[in-house]
Formats: sequence, C-alpha cells, structure tokens
Amino acid sequence: MYSFDYHKPITLDQALELFKGADDPIFLAGGMTLIPTMKQRLAAPTDVIDLSELGELRGISLSDKGMSIGALTTHNEVASNALVQQHLPVLAQLAATIGDNQVRNRGTIGGSLANSDPAADYPAALIGLGGTVVTQSRSIAGDDFFLDLFETALQPCELITRIEFPLPDRAAYAKFRNQASGYAVVGALVADFQGKIRVGITGAGPCACRAIGIENELMQNLSVDVLDHVEVPDVGFNSDIHASAEYRAHLVKVLTKRALKELLSQNN
Amino acid sequence: MKIEIDVNNSLHEVTIEANTLLVTVLREHLQLTGAHVGCDTSQCGACTVHLDGRAVKSCAILAIQVADSKVVTIEGIGEVGNLHPMQSAFREHHALQCGFCTPGMIMQAIDLVAHEENLDREKIREGLEGNLCRCTGYHNIVSAIESVAYKA
Ligand code: FES
Ligand code: FES
Repeated sequence: MYSFDYHKPITLDQALELFKGADDPIFLAGGMTLIPTMKQRLAAPTDVIDLSELGELRGISLSDKGMSIGALTTHNEVASNALVQQHLPVLAQLAATIGDNQVRNRGTIGGSLANSDPAADYPAALIGLGGTVVTQSRSIAGDDFFLDLFETALQPCELITRIEFPLPDRAAYAKFRNQASGYAVVGALVADFQGKIRVGITGAGPCACRAIGIENELMQNLSVDVLDHVEVPDVGFNSDIHASAEYRAHLVKVLTKRALKELLSQNN
Repeated sequence: MKIEIDVNNSLHEVTIEANTLLVTVLREHLQLTGAHVGCDTSQCGACTVHLDGRAVKSCAILAIQVADSKVVTIEGIGEVGNLHPMQSAFREHHALQCGFCTPGMIMQAIDLVAHEENLDREKIREGLEGNLCRCTGYHNIVSAIESVAYKA
C-alpha cells in the first residue's frame, strides 16, 4: 500500500473541509473494498478520511416516508435490525447474503452504494425499491444514482448521509451467486407497491438498472408465467469469465421469476 | 506515529505508519502470531479477530482505524489448561489438521454462536463462508461448532 495521510474527523463539516483541502482524498467507510484496492495499489489516495466517528451517518428510523438507514450502517446491522426485519424484511434478507460474515460486520450500505460495483447487492434494492440517496446537500432518486461501472451521480466532495426506502406491500430478492466469490452474477429485486411493480437488476450490466419491460408486463398480469414470453435483450450486458451477456440475460429472467414466486407467496 | 491499541484487554503503545495493517501490528509489533495471513486478499479468514465483539478480517483493516476499539485475538480467549469452550470443541471433534485456519475459524465460530439464532449445520456452513480450510473438508469443524451451539 502506498503511504497516505489519515484523518478521523468528528463532524460532517470537518470531513468535507478535509476533503476540499487535500490533493487526492478519499472517504473511508467500512473499507471492505477500499483497503484491499489500496493494498493492490489500484488506488493511491493522498489522504484517507475515515468517516467512522460521524454520528450523523448512523441510525435506522421509520417515518411516514419509509425506512431511513444511515450510510455507515453495516450489513449485519441492517440484517439484524428489528425495524428493518419487521417493515422491510426484503432488505434484511438481502443484507444477510452480502459477502461473508466478517465483511458484513464492517461493510456499510453507503459505501456499497457509492462504490457502484456491478455485482453488489444493495444497488438492486435501491433501484427495485425506488429508494432515495440523501447526501449532505441534496436527495438523489435511486433511478438517477448509478451512471456506469463504479460511477455514480455523486460529486467528488459529496457524501451519502442516509438512504431512504419507501415500504412496499411485498418484495423479494433472488440472486445467483458466483461460486467462488459469492458476488451476484445477477440479482433481481421485485417489489409490489399497491399494484405498481418495480424490478431492480444488479450484476447484468455495467451498473444496476430497472427492468422496465418486465415491470410493464407484470403490471398487466402479475404472474410468473407471463415472464415466459418476455424477451430480455442482452445488449450492453457484461460478458466475462463468469458469464456471457446471453447467459446474464437468461439469468435476469430466471431470477426475476424466483423473486416473483417468493413475492406471490407472501401475504399482502 | 504512536497509537494506543487495546488488545486482549491490555493497552499497547505501538509506533506505526498510517498504512500499517491491523494484522501486521498484531503479528509483528505485539508478537501475537495466532492470527495468520493466509491470502492477504480478504478471502481466507485466517486473520480473523474480534473487533468490539464481532469477527473481522484483520488484513483488511488499518491499525489506526481501531485505535478506539477493543481487539481480541485467539491468544485472548483461552490458554493451555484453560481452553475456551470453542477451542475444546475443536479439539474433541478433531476439527483441525495442520491448524493454519484454526484461529480464524474459532474466532468466527464464536461470533456465529453469539449472534446467529437457531444455528444448524447448514447455517454454520453458510456462516463459515469467509473462512477457508485446506485440510479438514469442514465436516468436523461444523460438528465442533454445532456442539457448542447446542450447549449455548
Ligand atoms: S489473510 Fe486476511 S482474509 Fe486471508
Ligand atoms: S486445518 Fe489445515 S487449513 Fe484448516
């Protein structure tokens, strides 16, 4: 790892000031991606700004707008939180399948979203649930958040403070894990908001996206069978040693079906 | 720079760089060589220790990040003649062969038993996702953890 200066601000303002004053700074949340990346010398920031002391980035609360989750909340905290389990169980279940236990003890929801890894799980939830990313200066609709591979709508000195999720009547997530890494080759989150269906897909393309064609079919006929006739074009999908674009397109359909089947089995 | 770090319930002052990893401080500064570096790429879990009571990979954490936290390593949970119940279970169930993965397995297993409800063999296997063993085939590791989970 290259050397860098380390900072541990105790307020959000301090963190932003430090960021502005540094050459090539980076924010550190759980570090489960950043530190391995720095060890491999794929990132060489001059200043690492550790966010762990920022209390305003923590906490889980429920309001009439839905569930609000602080950016620094770890995957295991989301998975085991009673509020989330009761009101947004799909998110608790999704969080429980991220990485492995050690990673879930450190990795954070804000870090995962900001990283926009094409094979991460949380992006499917942000899109599929129609969540909102809240930063120190604005709110960004989930649909507008992911731009490309590892690229989001966040400005350089913009920090996610929390994520807001509206509560669906029912929702389910299904993923196909890579055998070695456990990452989602493809993952699909299907949510039902009083008949309005949203489908969030991760793993297939360069970043998470909605499956609008599938959503439209399902809003006319909410059944697993209807998906048999849907064509999923593989244009723009990732093709790598793990799966071809064609296979990923196939997985989009299969996993959407699995998630839908599970969703339909839940009581409304 | 100098930092104070709380390891196994005692404070240690160590001189490190910002980019020094926690596992390096444990092994090279404090001579606590129980946490092993199997991969250095966050895959094997041999470096697993407890940070504020939860299992983490010490090869993926900077030492300076934990200056205000409590670290517990395999050396902190038991000793010869007074083993931690999980250590005894691993011994009784023949859950180790070369022993390289064992400290990480045990620290992970203690976290699982403490935080997972209704552990069964399948959940234990899932829980060990972040720990690799090249020798045992996992069967006896699962049995050892199961025996402690049932007693708990
Ligand atoms: S050495 Fe840390 S996970 Fe392998
Ligand atoms: S006992 Fe040899 S690696 Fe697990």
